[in-house]
Parts: sequence; C-alpha cells; structure tokens
Amino acid sequence: MPTARRLLLTAVAAWTGLALAACGSDSSPASSGPDGALVLYNAQHDEVGKAWADGFTAKTGIKVDIRNGSDFELANQIVAEGESSPADVFITENSPAMSLVSAKGLFAPVDAATRAQVPARYSSGKGDWVGVAARSTVFIYNPGKIPAADLPKSIIDLARPEWKGRYAVSPSGADFQAVVSAVYALRGQDEGRAWLQGIKDNARILRGNNTILRAVNAGEIEGGVTYHYYWYRDQADGGANSSKVKLEFFGEQDPGAFVSVSGGGVLQSSSHPTEAQRFLAYMTGPEGQQLLADGDALEYTVGSGIPANARLTPLDQLDAPTVDPNTLNGPTIVTEMQEVGLL
Amino acid sequence: MTPSLAADPRGWLRYPPLRLACALAVAALTLVPLGYVAVEIAATGGDLGDLLWRPRVGELLRHTVLLVAFGTTACMVLGTVAALLVERTDLPGRPLWTGLMAAPLAVPAYVNSFGWYSLSPSFGGLGPAVLVTTLSYYPLVYLPVAAALRGADPTLAEVSRSLGRGRWATFARVELPLLRPAVLGGGLLVGLHLLAEFGALQNLRYDTFTTAIYDQYQSTFDGSGATALAGVLVLLCLVLLGGDLWLTGRTRYARTGAGASRRAPRHRLGRAAPLAAVGLAALAAAAVGLPLGCISYWLATSRSSAFPAGDLLGAATGTATLALLGAAVTTVLALPVAWLAERRRGALTRLVERSTYIGNSLPGIVVALALVTVAIRYTPGLYQTTVMLLAAYAVLFMPRATVSLRSTLSQTPPALDDVARSLGVGPAGVLARVTVPLMARGIGAGAALVFLAVTTELTATLLLAPIGTRTLATEFWSESTAVQYGAAAPYALLMIAISAPAAFLLTRRSRHSEGGQ
Repeated sequence: MPTARRLLLTAVAAWTGLALAACGSDSSPASSGPDGALVLYNAQHDEVGKAWADGFTAKTGIKVDIRNGSDFELANQIVAEGESSPADVFITENSPAMSLVSAKGLFAPVDAATRAQVPARYSSGKGDWVGVAARSTVFIYNPGKIPAADLPKSIIDLARPEWKGRYAVSPSGADFQAVVSAVYALRGQDEGRAWLQGIKDNARILRGNNTILRAVNAGEIEGGVTYHYYWYRDQADGGANSSKVKLEFFGEQDPGAFVSVSGGGVLQSSSHPTEAQRFLAYMTGPEGQQLLADGDALEYTVGSGIPANARLTPLDQLDAPTVDPNTLNGPTIVTEMQEVGLL
Repeated sequence: MTPSLAADPRGWLRYPPLRLACALAVAALTLVPLGYVAVEIAATGGDLGDLLWRPRVGELLRHTVLLVAFGTTACMVLGTVAALLVERTDLPGRPLWTGLMAAPLAVPAYVNSFGWYSLSPSFGGLGPAVLVTTLSYYPLVYLPVAAALRGADPTLAEVSRSLGRGRWATFARVELPLLRPAVLGGGLLVGLHLLAEFGALQNLRYDTFTTAIYDQYQSTFDGSGATALAGVLVLLCLVLLGGDLWLTGRTRYARTGAGASRRAPRHRLGRAAPLAAVGLAALAAAAVGLPLGCISYWLATSRSSAFPAGDLLGAATGTATLALLGAAVTTVLALPVAWLAERRRGALTRLVERSTYIGNSLPGIVVALALVTVAIRYTPGLYQTTVMLLAAYAVLFMPRATVSLRSTLSQTPPALDDVARSLGVGPAGVLARVTVPLMARGIGAGAALVFLAVTTELTATLLLAPIGTRTLATEFWSESTAVQYGAAAPYALLMIAISAPAAFLLTRRSRHSEGGQ
C-alpha cells in the first residue's frame, strides 16, 4: 500500500511541477494576444465563433484567440475592463449586449465598407456595430395538443384568457426580453403593458428555450415561445426533444415575428484596430456568411446577400416587423417585467 | 480539558506575527468580492430601496431560506445516518459502501440535476431542488462524520454505559455530541454551497437569490440590481456563520495521545441489515446511477455523439492541471487561517477565519466580476493569467480546505506542539515536523475537496482563465447550450473520471486511520 501511495504522490507532485513550469511560461499579461493575435470575445455559439476565426486565419494568416462566454458575462466583463480590455472584437447572440457596450462608448466606429455589407435594419444606428447573424421568434406547439386551426394568429393573442396555462415562456432569458421589447416598440407602452400582464397571468414560466422545447415535446404543455433554431438544431441532433413539436411563424409583421440580431463590433481599446476591422468585414462578408450558412448553427445569415441554410424557411418569407435594434431591451422593459412580476 | 501552554499568553503576543500576517493577507484576498459588493451598493445609493423592496425579493428570500434549511438538514441527517450505518454496524461489504457513499462527489451537481430533470421536464420546485442538491452534497457531511466515527474514542461511551446509561441515551448524550464538529462543519459547507448554487437549480424552476442574480445580469446588463441581491446573500451567509459558531460552542475534542484508542464495537443490525443495504443502494443509484444513465442515453440517442480524442485529452489535461494547482494553492493559503482559528482561539482569529467563508456563498459571476474589476485596475499584469484564476479558486473554495484542516487540528492535541517546543524545536520546526505531519489527513482531504470543486467550476474559469483555456466544464457547457447533448456527454464522463480518484482519496484516508489502529 505505501508503494502505491508513494507512486500517486510522486505523480501528483510531478504534474504540479510541470503545470507550474507551464504557467510560468504563459503568465505574460493577456492584453491582446501574446503573439500579436487578435482577441475575440465570443458570446455566439462556440462553433460559430471558431468557424469564423479559423476561416479568417486561413485566409489572412492572422491568428485569433477566443474567449467564450455568454452575452451577459462577456458584456459585463468588457464594461468592467473598460479601456484596458484585452478584447479586440466582440460578437453576441442578441443585440442588447451590444447596446450595453455601445452605450458605454466602448466600440469604435465600424468601417463604412463593412456597414455596407449588412442591411441597416440589422445594425446599430450609431454605426458602431453591425449584425453578423439573426434568429426568428417562433411559436412551437405539440400538434397532439393543439389542432392547427386553434393556433394563435398573433403573439398578442397569448395574453387572452383562453390561453391561460397552455404555453410556456422563459422571461429570464435575453431572448424573450427582446421579444417583449419588440411588442413595446411596435404597439406602444399601454398596449405593451396590458399584454405583458396577460403573459404573466397565462404563461407557465420555464428557464431556457431548450426546457420549453422539451416540455412541449413531452406534451406537458401545449406550446411555447422560443427562437427558431432550438427546434432545427435538435432535429439535426436526432430530434429526441423535438420530434413531436411543430413550428408556427407568426409572419404578417406581427410583433411575434420579431427577428433578433446577433451583433459584432470592434473595441475602441483594440491594439490591432486594422486587423480587427478586417475580421469584422470577413464575418459579414460573402465568405464568413457562407460559413454560417453551411455550418450546423442554423441561424440566419444577414450580410452580403448570402442565403441562409436551405433547411430554414428563408428570412424574407417570415415577414418580420421592422424594429431598430438599438431601441430594444432598454432598462424600461426590465422594469416593466419586474413590475408585473415576471423577473 | 486543561488549556495548553501555547494558548496561555494574552494580548498580541498570543499570535505568531508571521502566521497572523499570512492569515490576514488571505482574509483580505477572500474579502475582495465583499468589498466589490459594498462599493457597488454604495454607488447605487437611493435606488437600493426600490431594488430590494419588491414582492419578488420576498419570494426569493423565502425560497433561498427554505432551500438552505431543508437541503442542509437533509444532508446532515442523510450523511450522518449513512456514516453510522457504514462505520458502526456490521453491515457487510463495508469497502464497497465506503466508496459508493463518497462517489456522488465525483458527479457535478449540474450533471446530476440534468439527469433528474431529463426524466420529466415538469420536475421542478422546492422538493426536487432539495432532492437534487442533497444527493449531490450529502458526502460533504458523510465524509467528516465517517472520519470522526473512526477516530472517536469508544472509552467515553463505555464509561457512560458503565455508569448506568442505556445504549440510546449514551448515543444521544455522549456519542452524538462528539460528532457535532463534523456534522456542523459539513452542514456549514453544504449551506454555503446552497446559497451560491446555480448549476443544479437552473433547470429546476426554483428561483433563489443566486439564480436571480444571474437573471439580473442577463437581463439588465447592469450590476446594481444584482449586487443589491448579492448584498442580501452576504447577510444570509453571516447568519449561517453565526449559527454555526453558536451551535459548535467552545468545547475541545482532542484525545491526549494519538495511538492508544481502540475501534468502537459495531452494532448488530440483524434482520434490519437487508433494509439498510437496500437504502444505501437506492441512495447510490439516485445520486450516481441516474446521472450516468442519463449520459449513456445522450450518447446513444444524439447524432452529435463524438469522441474527438485530441479535444477531450486537451480539456482533461487542462482541467486536471488547474484542479491540482487550485487544490495546492487553496490548501496552503487555508493553513495559517485554520491554525490560528484552532490554536489561538479568540475574537480576532475567529473573525479572520469566518471572513474566508464569504466568497463561497456568493455566485461565481459576482466573485469573477469583482476580481476582474480589481485586477484590471491594480494588477493588470496578472489579469487573465493562471495566477489570477487560482486566486479566484481560492476565494471560491477556501472553506472546503479550512473546514478539513480545522477538524484534524481539533483532533490533534496542542500539547504535542508544546512538548516539541519544550524540547528545543523552533516554531517553524514545530510546524514542519509536528503539526503538518499530524495534519496530513486533513490536508489531503481539504485538497481533494478543492480539487473536486475546481474540476466542475465554470463561470470564474470562463471569465478569468488565460485565453484559449479549455476545461471539461467549459466544453460541456458549450456543447450542451448548443443543444448537442451527445457531444457534451463525453466531457461529463471525463469530469466524473477525473474526479473519481479525488473522491476515492477521501475515503482512503478514512481507511488509513482504521489501519493505523
């Protein structure tokens, strides 16, 4: 027994020694890549950011180091870092995180050529970030529970008494908050508030769109409000959580047809501004958007006229309402949601 | 018990200056998140009332208190009963049970939670939240209680019996009080964890202050609401710490000699033995079997299932390296704190020791943002280096080490230090040649517990690790949020595989104590 223990101790000690040696060599300050590499703070799905970074490196030889996190973690981190942020480029899943960094004045203006690659409706009015991808709101339902004829015609219907207890939303997520802000932006404060109260009274509260998908699939609830790609991705992954679920796009410029934008921007504090701008131009350019369309992300392309993955209903058929992304999810929306008790 | 010589001097002379300085420095590090919360709250100023005086906050308070109360109690009862069954009865197959009862430590709480929740999406609320967290954390009580039972001196119980007390009265009045430091120490760890628990609760539709803090950061992108809630969490932590102090009391539990105690006799279970075995087996199946079954299910049904050997190996190596370093650093930092708290009891040392617990009760996101804010301003050279990350681990997991160190220290008689001093060994020599070797078990246990925690840590690692760092937890998170459960599964399996030796080590140390008798 003592021999085994000594062996174990020796192994542990050797490993610790190696590890210490290793971290001695990489303990240079992290600001903007040790070897001149770009630093990407990636709040998009891991593989989306990685595909763009690898594609860009292959094309230009410029190395990209990636820090992954969620929208809220990385946006707050950038704000906390301020002028000293090691990040050169930041991309998100939803636009509110971009608006936060934008409001603190931490983004540099995006090159005009890059802005020209993305339709204005998917970009910041201030010109300090652009859309890199998009996702559509959708009503998911279990056809065994709701006949197609009984589906809601508008997301506004979900506040009516006949929908009480029949569908789920995830109010803690940035996704549903963006949907709420779209309703407010399109229907005004008063109608928005009445609707929100109806949602509070009617909806079952779940945490996360995946949870909603699984609950609808299991028939525990009739329907739910999510983004489109949860269903498509689960289908692509074998469909264990989505085989009994169908999608209903509201269309007709309904607030429920809202399309949320994933943004990308270059930090003011970037120590490689030229390369960073090139990277953003690449992501929104034909090659970057084609990578997005060909990959497994199943999000919509927004730039350079590249069509989205053929499995998706094309974006221009969804008849989404026009909403200025910079007006979305202001503190008002959160206060409103807190007041009705959804947050 | 006679006070030891070393505890006698009064005033500042009581505290060896170097050890006190080290302990104060460690306490200062662990108080960084508290300072951050305080500064943010001060900056919020007048809005604080609005942020806190809402029906929602009342609901969160009720939820958090209920979860901590029920979860901690359930862990203390389950852990103690399991330890009594394994250590003090003639239940056959003891080595098997010893391993199985500690095994849940190797399963990350969020993986366990995911397994349960995948049985049914409607699995949620207080009951399930208590169930899942209890199954994940009861070993934190089981292990110290089992160790205390092995180390306990049967003569006290024998004296009680010989003086006419019955078996049950002896158990309640003599044996149970002897277990008190172990049960309460474990319970305190569980309680602190539950205050900061996020991973296990996020799918169970049970909102506590910690889940609400994550929601706040996610929704408002504005720290004020979140830090106000974190302030309440700190107050709850203080209540727990105070309660623990009050319950533990001031009694000392050390025997005078180390090698003379005998093993306590084992109670015969008789016909209850199968029942006990079935109960323990059900516990192990619920805590370990179910999550493993769930992982297998993902691997079988998901089309994204893959075993990218290079990525898996890289993440596993990264995780093991960080966990080993984190365990070493945290345990070393905890040493002066635990020593002072145990050997120089007093208001000051108690304050120092208690202050190191606060970081453990705050959500990872608050601790990480606090360190980001401080590091970028005062130590930019260290920002997002391994050193920084290890500091975060120390802040988050120090209590796991401190509790283990204190419990061994409390069982080693201080008189041994005095004897060494009286024989002419200097203070450093006593520490190196007497105290630390006697504490070896506690050091190993504390390091193993920190290792297990670091292996599954996510938020601080994402924000503070050197860029490009990939651990099993970050990869698991990335794949499972991307709805690729099959691709996530191998990372969960590897997390369990890497954690298993540490969990096993925790049981080994108990068996050594038995072998040494």
